[in-house]
Amino acid sequence: MSAGTERGRFADVSIQEVIGWLLLAVVGLLVLDLVRQVLVGELPLGRLWAFTWNGIVDSLYIGLAAIGLSMTYSILRFANFSHGDLITTGAFTGWTAAYLVGGIGIAELSSRLLLRADGGAQPGAVGMDVVSAPIAIVLGLIVAAALTILVALAIDRLVYRKLRDASGITLLIASVGVALALRYIIALFYTTDTRGVVASSPQWETPAFVPIETINLHEATLVISALSLIVGVHLLLQYTKLGKSMRAMSDNKDLALITGIPTERVIFATWVIGAGLAGVAGYLIVLDRGQVTINLGWFLLLLIFAAVILGGIGSIYGALAGSLVIGLTINLSLVWIPSDLNEIAAFTLMIVVLIFRPDGLFKGVETA
Amino acid sequence: MSERDSRLPEPVSNAHDRLKALPQWQYDLLLIVGVVLATYGGFAVLGLLGGVGINSIVGFFRTVTFYAAVYALVVLALNLHWGYTGLFNIGVAGFMAVGVYTMAFLTAAPDATPAGLGLPIPIGIVGGMIAAGLVGLVAALPALRVRADYFAIVTLGLSEIIRLALLSGSLRSIEVGDTVYGTGGGSGIQYPPVDTIIPWLLERPVIGELGELLFEVGAAVGIQRSVILGGLYTAVLIAFVGLFYLFLSRIANSPYGRVLKAIREDELAAKSLGKNTDRAKIVAFVVGCSLMGLAGMLWMGSRSFVSPDSFMPIITFYIFVALIVGGAGSNTGSVIGGFAFAAFLWEGPRFVRSILNANLNLRSPPTIYDAFVELGSGDLTPLVGYLVGSLDELRFVLVGVVLILLMLWRPEGLLGHRKEIAAATDLSRRPSTPDRVAASDGGEPDE
Repeated sequence: MSAGTERGRFADVSIQEVIGWLLLAVVGLLVLDLVRQVLVGELPLGRLWAFTWNGIVDSLYIGLAAIGLSMTYSILRFANFSHGDLITTGAFTGWTAAYLVGGIGIAELSSRLLLRADGGAQPGAVGMDVVSAPIAIVLGLIVAAALTILVALAIDRLVYRKLRDASGITLLIASVGVALALRYIIALFYTTDTRGVVASSPQWETPAFVPIETINLHEATLVISALSLIVGVHLLLQYTKLGKSMRAMSDNKDLALITGIPTERVIFATWVIGAGLAGVAGYLIVLDRGQVTINLGWFLLLLIFAAVILGGIGSIYGALAGSLVIGLTINLSLVWIPSDLNEIAAFTLMIVVLIFRPDGLFKGVETA
Repeated sequence: MSERDSRLPEPVSNAHDRLKALPQWQYDLLLIVGVVLATYGGFAVLGLLGGVGINSIVGFFRTVTFYAAVYALVVLALNLHWGYTGLFNIGVAGFMAVGVYTMAFLTAAPDATPAGLGLPIPIGIVGGMIAAGLVGLVAALPALRVRADYFAIVTLGLSEIIRLALLSGSLRSIEVGDTVYGTGGGSGIQYPPVDTIIPWLLERPVIGELGELLFEVGAAVGIQRSVILGGLYTAVLIAFVGLFYLFLSRIANSPYGRVLKAIREDELAAKSLGKNTDRAKIVAFVVGCSLMGLAGMLWMGSRSFVSPDSFMPIITFYIFVALIVGGAGSNTGSVIGGFAFAAFLWEGPRFVRSILNANLNLRSPPTIYDAFVELGSGDLTPLVGYLVGSLDELRFVLVGVVLILLMLWRPEGLLGHRKEIAAATDLSRRPSTPDRVAASDGGEPDE
């Protein structure tokens, strides 16, 4: 976070810089206190590791979703409030596919098709975990990405394409409408009940030389899938022509147009990547948490926004770094505050960072 | 109040001309009353044709009027932020929560859990407004430094911080001496409802006599005392809508209001002309927030407790939908938008459901799968039954679709042409003619 202080302008020490220094001081004090707590023995190392690990897991799925949000923000130039519901779409469609395949011959079609809306098809009975039904789970992952992409493209065709030249706020308001409509169309089919859809995660007993005793295989699936997708996006953006066009468009749309970059194709690719990652994120969150609800994505949306803003809108690496900060904040803050205040810590951090560095920690592109 | 829209469809051009010649406030008032009466008339005809009892129609009107009034209050306050100043505040629910919780704390009985200060309700209301304004001030100072879309997310974040803090177990109960104060966590704070002010008012000299008269008339027609008391509270709300309207229109037409509009259109230009835009924005934000606090207190007025669940972020979006339906930047539009939201998007679908339930023998199958299975065997009613049964979900879809269609086809809303005259005198207006004098006394509307 030390990057936040070096601004190259020493002439005017503004209030923003004062707040920036204060924030750094607070973070520094907290780190010192963390060291003290560990040394004194107030905080067992195992607990610190658990917080950090949970923080990394949280930041991975937040990061997957944040990439898409950041891309739509920089290329389509609006804050997409329906991004959270793309996550929900991925969760429901993916797990429906997993149930349809994994539950053949075990559960009723109606329970599988509506993802246990009628209470049938217990996850344990169907065997919904990565060891018992690996093919169904992987298939679900692919379907989650594919169907979310289709939904996003359909929405783009119906709504956003007609508003390409509208202001960011008009698009933002339209996206709120999309969010409401999409979420409650899902609810119309799947009902608003929260329900468990994943069997409890199988544990893998590690060999004796590894310091961690067991590995939660669902969490491991989440981490591996998310990391490989992030690396994939990185390679795509850095080494393909498409990636170069996307970066060009998020840097300067007009210049990109003049250079002959096909904007609609880039926007298409934006939705494919962004929505695909959002759908996968939703699917993996359910794999990790075990429960699905129509508010899954909506409740995560503000955290994802916080991550994107922290990193600086338009920068995908910034969004990932922001996700790491947010993920670690909501978990490591538990050292000092009770668990029902941890999101407050994350949102406060977002607001404070916005004040002292309106462009995010890692300068993003101007989108207004 | 130069909110006149020539695009309003008027069937008779003559009547239209006469209406247009009316003073602005009369025209707007007639417009609002006309919309309300036309809507009620339409629903009444629909209900009577659909075989809904007169009692449920009247009950429907009462609910709609109540929600229309409270939505109009918040929408008017939000219009000061978004419509006039261009501040995209999506933390409305949070500011309402601050107002209501402060009032609950000030007025709750000292021996309750969590305890309050036991002050009279008017002091609680003033305290709530001040608190909401102060939180607005704290939010405005940093938030105004960031861009419009960031501002939106900052305010949303703030409203979530407020709600989560009220919900959290850590602030649930705070012991000060022997008394336990606090937010009560998820179960909230018990406090005397605001509408107990009505019986108190009825004990005052003149109002009391008028009230007695009203009760006697009511008794003669056969309306119960409790129904009249409920109606009186709604009347108080409508009076507040009028006050908000006057106050905000006064602001909009003052030199200060012109600065606000200039900020909305082009802040840099306003700044270049030597206007202190930062101060103007902060004042507008604080005033709007404290009005939101007041609106929240009046909204929760007939409840005797407040809990964080009443302030989910979705509330903010309802208010935005209402504002956008009516048209941002128009106070008349805000009132009509609040009414249209309450009547058509919020309570209307329920009314339609009661008509359908009264006429069709509908049963709701447990899942949509069963409905489709029966549809496959040629029976449509289970699917209709399922859809009617999932009306709450469909209503959200409706709100979302309306929002999208408005953005696609009419982003300025019904009345939000957003071209209020910024000059002190309206240069485009015709000089007043004898016509106008004649019209102001004979301008009966065509209703």
